[in-house]
Amino acid sequence: MALLEVTNLGIAFGGLQAVAQLDMRMEKGQLYGLIGPNGAGKTTVFNMLTGVYRPTEGDIILDGKNITGQQPAKINQEGIARTFQNIRLFDQMSVLDNVKIGLHNQVKYSLWTGIFRLPGFREKERQMNKQAMQLLKIFDLDKEADLPASSLPYGKQRKLEIARALATNPKLLLLDEPAAGMNPNETEELMNTIKAVRDRFDLAILLIEHDMNFVMGICEYIYVLDYGRVIAQGTGESIRNNPKVIAAYLGGD
Amino acid sequence: MNALKNMKKTTRSNLITYGIVVVFYVVVQALTVGGVLNNSMKGMLVPICTYVVLAISLNLTVGILGELSLGHAGFMSVGAFSGAVFWVVTGSEMPSALGLALSMLIGGVVAGVFGFLIGIPVLRLRGDYLAIVTLAFGEIIKNVLNTVYLGLDSNGFHFSIKDSASMGLAPDGDVIINGAIGISGMKKASTFLAGIILILITLFVILNLINSRAGRAIMSIRDNRIAAEATGINVTKYKLMAFIISAVFAGMAGVLYALNFSALAAKKFDYNTSILVLVFVVLGGIGNIRGSMIAATVLYVLPELLRGVADYRMLVYAIVLIVMMIFNQSPQIVAWRAQMAERIAANPKFRKLAARFQKNGPQGEKGEA
Amino acid sequence: MEFISYLINGISLGSVYAIIALGYTMVYGIAKMLNFAHGDVIMVGSYIVFISVNQMGIPPVVAILLSMALCTVLGLAIERFAYKPLRGASSLAVLITAIGVSYLLQNLALLIWGSDPKNFTSVVDIPALDLHLAGGKIVVSSETVITIVTAAIIMVGLSLFVNHTKLGHAMLAVSEDKGAAQLMGVNVNSTIALTFAIGSALAAVAGVLLCSAYPSLTPTTGAMPGIKAFTAAVFGGIGSIPGAMLGGVLLGIIEIMSKAYVSTQLADAIVFAVLIIVLLVRPTGLLGKPMNEKV
Repeated sequence: MALLEVTNLGIAFGGLQAVAQLDMRMEKGQLYGLIGPNGAGKTTVFNMLTGVYRPTEGDIILDGKNITGQQPAKINQEGIARTFQNIRLFDQMSVLDNVKIGLHNQVKYSLWTGIFRLPGFREKERQMNKQAMQLLKIFDLDKEADLPASSLPYGKQRKLEIARALATNPKLLLLDEPAAGMNPNETEELMNTIKAVRDRFDLAILLIEHDMNFVMGICEYIYVLDYGRVIAQGTGESIRNNPKVIAAYLGGD
Repeated sequence: MNALKNMKKTTRSNLITYGIVVVFYVVVQALTVGGVLNNSMKGMLVPICTYVVLAISLNLTVGILGELSLGHAGFMSVGAFSGAVFWVVTGSEMPSALGLALSMLIGGVVAGVFGFLIGIPVLRLRGDYLAIVTLAFGEIIKNVLNTVYLGLDSNGFHFSIKDSASMGLAPDGDVIINGAIGISGMKKASTFLAGIILILITLFVILNLINSRAGRAIMSIRDNRIAAEATGINVTKYKLMAFIISAVFAGMAGVLYALNFSALAAKKFDYNTSILVLVFVVLGGIGNIRGSMIAATVLYVLPELLRGVADYRMLVYAIVLIVMMIFNQSPQIVAWRAQMAERIAANPKFRKLAARFQKNGPQGEKGEA
Repeated sequence: MEFISYLINGISLGSVYAIIALGYTMVYGIAKMLNFAHGDVIMVGSYIVFISVNQMGIPPVVAILLSMALCTVLGLAIERFAYKPLRGASSLAVLITAIGVSYLLQNLALLIWGSDPKNFTSVVDIPALDLHLAGGKIVVSSETVITIVTAAIIMVGLSLFVNHTKLGHAMLAVSEDKGAAQLMGVNVNSTIALTFAIGSALAAVAGVLLCSAYPSLTPTTGAMPGIKAFTAAVFGGIGSIPGAMLGGVLLGIIEIMSKAYVSTQLADAIVFAVLIIVLLVRPTGLLGKPMNEKV
């Protein structure tokens, strides 16, 4: 059984059918790409998978469980984490605390334990700090742990978002344009980090990206979306040579 | 390593906050014993404690949760009335310290229940809409309390929303709440020490909350609601949690305030009171708990200090408020100040001074909006 | 019959709320701020008319025009000195400043005119305009007629102005997107100032109508109607001119009906309760545009 099975997923805003008849299958340990021209509905797919939008049709089955139309927080607890196209960090909080929020449902203690500093508080906090620092280290952010998240340079903010998403211990990680605004060196470095994450954690990754070298370079399987429909899917090689894909990007018909 | 250091830093900062309260108490006691404080100043002590607790608790909603509430006085009001009714009914049977503590407990619980009931609908709204609806709830509470008549006789409690006669009290009965007149002829129970203890309890709960798992969840909602949801935070639960805790302490502050006087009327707790507390919070620094405390004290005392200019004092207060807001928040002026600071810092004469300022610089900047 | 006259009274009071709400809603739409001091401008306008008519013997029409002119100046001054420096600051900072301005106006009024209520003699009482309906069973006073007619004229005039003049279009553009409007050559600063000017002039009119119906004038006269008018603006959908009108009138009717049939003391509570219910069902008010956050 696949980790994620999406069947006939669709959403309409008013009369506009933004995404239709979407089928996807994902397995653990794999890296998937979701590409397509601007306005093709890529982020809308993410928003449906994470519960920000409620699909008007179709099913999303994660690990055998139907999670269609659940609230975003619930879906995250079920195992889908994401980053955002326009970075959404907890700006006023420290880098470390951003990741600790990600650990919220992994390391738990009650409100009263927190207020009255009951036994367990120190232990659990130490455990959270340790795990958070480990994650930050992977993204080379451990030295900035105490800085406010908003003070990080752009590239590091993107990395912090990924670290935070990973902290929620996802089965499926969705990355919305992780390399946007990065220079070639940073992009290269990010590719390696994402590969390392895939190898080190037991999860599948689906990413939206405009940088074709990036997508072709790390994704084993690619979905191409145009006008809300999958027009092609397969390995990088087969996508590159698909006339439909070329037409969609060049705007021909 | 870093994390551990950070934790120690917050602990130290919290200890300083508690320390300020204790020092304030000791100094005031010394001044009282020394006969420096006159009666009108002494009369201000319990209200100061009340407003400090109100400001700290409102800061939980405004600064930590990030939602603008204009109805804090409503929670203060329900707390004050429920606590005061308990005190009037049972006060003669117990020492006043115990009575005050129990009244506060009851006032806090009742206000918390109201926080829950009001929070469920209100917290679905955002921004200015939430502000106006909290204001509306505050006014509703005031208006409804204005029409409540409550009495007690040998048959138990009697209740009416028309007038005291329609309660049908037996001749031995007493009117407890008399409509718009409220409660009168109460025995006083609040003391400055009780106020200080309430401040310390409020600080303890709210500061520890902020530096815990639940507090981080609340702040994540403030910083980015959508990201918080995507990170698995139950937004409704933590919003309600902050709102209820804030209401509980407003209720307890209400009891402290009510039991400091012999009479209690609902009209005292209108939106002007809510706004006054909000002003304390904003001027003390949004999200800055210590700032709330200091701002509440200074701004409560300020109009009294301005008694020298009698008629002009509220006018001066208004001008101080406007000028401070512009000075602290105007983008141009903030930029100009930074520029000046740089120029001064570049001057070797001031370098020493600037370095010292930076080290001891204003705390809690992170909360500044 | 009673019901009809309550209804007419409600529409009349609601018309006053509507005129005040227009000021709130326009300023909110354009400057994205709650101008808490708006209610106090009403009070200042009322005092100006009172002083002019009762103490200086100026004819009411001239007094009203004078009051509108002075309130416009006041509104512009408030915008220039208190709000403009805070453009770009957090909305909370602006709100607190507006509260400061409100305190300032109330306390200035207290210093100048004292706290005793002034007995405002109606300046719009023209018995010839009294309406006798249903064979004299219902008498609608000239104040009521003038109030409703004035509100209708303002509403129509403002809609025409906003939708059919260049300045009006500039206002719409600024309320939609300040940055884009600036790029399109709209002078954002003067558009915002214009909005304050119009809102304040309307506040002066509202003050006259309000005090003609409720003649006791004190430094806090404007506060509660200000809050209620803001409620009306939110009720109708803040930022929307027809919404302010609708919200104001409905609020007035609800208030008068509650006073008549439920309880005088609970009338305000009922007004606010209706607001809450409306917002829970339609979070952006009756005529407000739905807001969607882009993810």
